[in-house]
Order: sequence, then C-alpha cells, then structure tokens
Amino acid sequence: MARVLINVPPKVRRGEPFQVKTLINHVMEPGFRPGPDGKTIPRDIITSMTCKYNGEEVFRADLYPATAANPFITFFTIATESGKLEFAWTGDNGFAETATAAITVE
Amino acid sequence: MTDITNASRRDVLLGAGAAGAALLLTLRPLAASPESMDAAIRKLTGGAKITEGRIKLDIPPLVENGNTVAMSVTVDSPMTAANHVEAIHIFNERNPQPYVMAFHLGPRAGKADISARIRLSDSQNVVAIARMSDGTFWSHTVSVIVTLAACLEAVSN
Repeated sequence: MARVLINVPPKVRRGEPFQVKTLINHVMEPGFRPGPDGKTIPRDIITSMTCKYNGEEVFRADLYPATAANPFITFFTIATESGKLEFAWTGDNGFAETATAAITVE
Repeated sequence: MTDITNASRRDVLLGAGAAGAALLLTLRPLAASPESMDAAIRKLTGGAKITEGRIKLDIPPLVENGNTVAMSVTVDSPMTAANHVEAIHIFNERNPQPYVMAFHLGPRAGKADISARIRLSDSQNVVAIARMSDGTFWSHTVSVIVTLAACLEAVSN
C-alpha cells in the first residue's frame, strides 16, 4: 500500500473553488536508467490519477515518466455539497490505490 | 611477443570503440527532440492553430536538480459550462519522451490552476498547451536551464 496524503480545507464556502493537494508515495521509475548491472531498469510509474466529487469526475491527470517521484498534484474544484472526494491512482504492474477526503460545505 | 600484445591492445580498443558506438546508437533514439515534441503537439491539436497567451506556465528558469522541478500552470478562463478549459498538456523538448503530464478538467474545477512536480533531463523549452471548450488552443513556452539532469543517470550500487 502506498502512502497517500490528501489536504483539503476543513470547511469550504458553497460555490467557491478550493484547492486540493495530493501526494502519493511511488518510485516513478522512468524506465530509461541503467541499473547497477548495466541493464535498463524497467518502467514502473503511475499512469493515471482521478478525483471524483460525490461520484462525479472533477479532475483527471495522465502521468508520464517525466513526473517526479512521489507525484504531488494540486488542483481546484468548486464546493457544491458536503460529501466526499474519492481519489484513485492506477499504474504499471497492476498498481492501484484509492483514498477519500471528507468535504464540509457551509 | 610485442606483436601479440599490440594486437590484443588494438582489439581491446576496437572493442571498446564499438561498444561505445553501440551505446550511443541505442541511447540516441530514446532522446526526444524539438521535432518529436512538435509531432506530439500536432497529434494533440490535429494541426489546429495555437495562439500564445491566456495560459501561464510558472516554472523556475534555473533548475538545480532536474529530478524534482516544481511547476504550476494557470489559465485565464471564466470556467463556466459554456466557456472553460478542457485540458492542459505539458510538453518538453529533450527528455526521452516529449510528454510530461496532461490534466483534464471542466467547469467543476472553478479555477484552472494546477501545480505538480516534474523531471527535466536537460536544459530545454517546456511548453504548456490549453484546450478550451470552444476548441481553441493556447500555449506558453518557457526556457529552463537544468544543472543536474534527471531520468538518465545510472543507479549506483
């Protein structure tokens, strides 16, 4: 299981955009580096990240080997209703990770 | 005796040269070039016109460590259902691949403001392209100097 950090404001005002910060622990091996034995280390990266707000997709990112290790991505979304943000990451070698964050709209 | 030593030394040098050439040949196709970036951008836009402006790529002009480069990208857009940013694509000239990252958003974003951390393997231009809901493309190009390259360094024991 990869370690995940999600940061959202404790309370958000209805109709206003708020920032979501995400960080996931992953080596993001680009697949171009020679290892100690001289052979190229095979690629092992996260290829996709999605965020759903109460079931509706609000943000999606495609990741390539040029993404730094431990992908850190921030974005904005509009506060509509209290509920939850669901995050999902998928990648090489069957990598899959999910996380949720509660949103309180006032 | 000396002949044999000389011959073997020459063989060794020849072998080393051939290995070096082979290494260069195998590494060469991996490197992206401005042409492959242009091809990747054309594939995205389908040949549509790209205008400078509206999008701003914020990335340090001098990067000490290419393994982790903080960048942020913002687009000047009202982000309404009728007029919003559909996608933001980041490209580079000289990494092994022209693609860096792509972000898909919509009116639910409220604000087109994204930040992330990327890798850069050489001093080069980084290009951000935004696709709007009306089908237009906007770009911003930033030239970045990288002192320690990412992606291609060997892993030590």
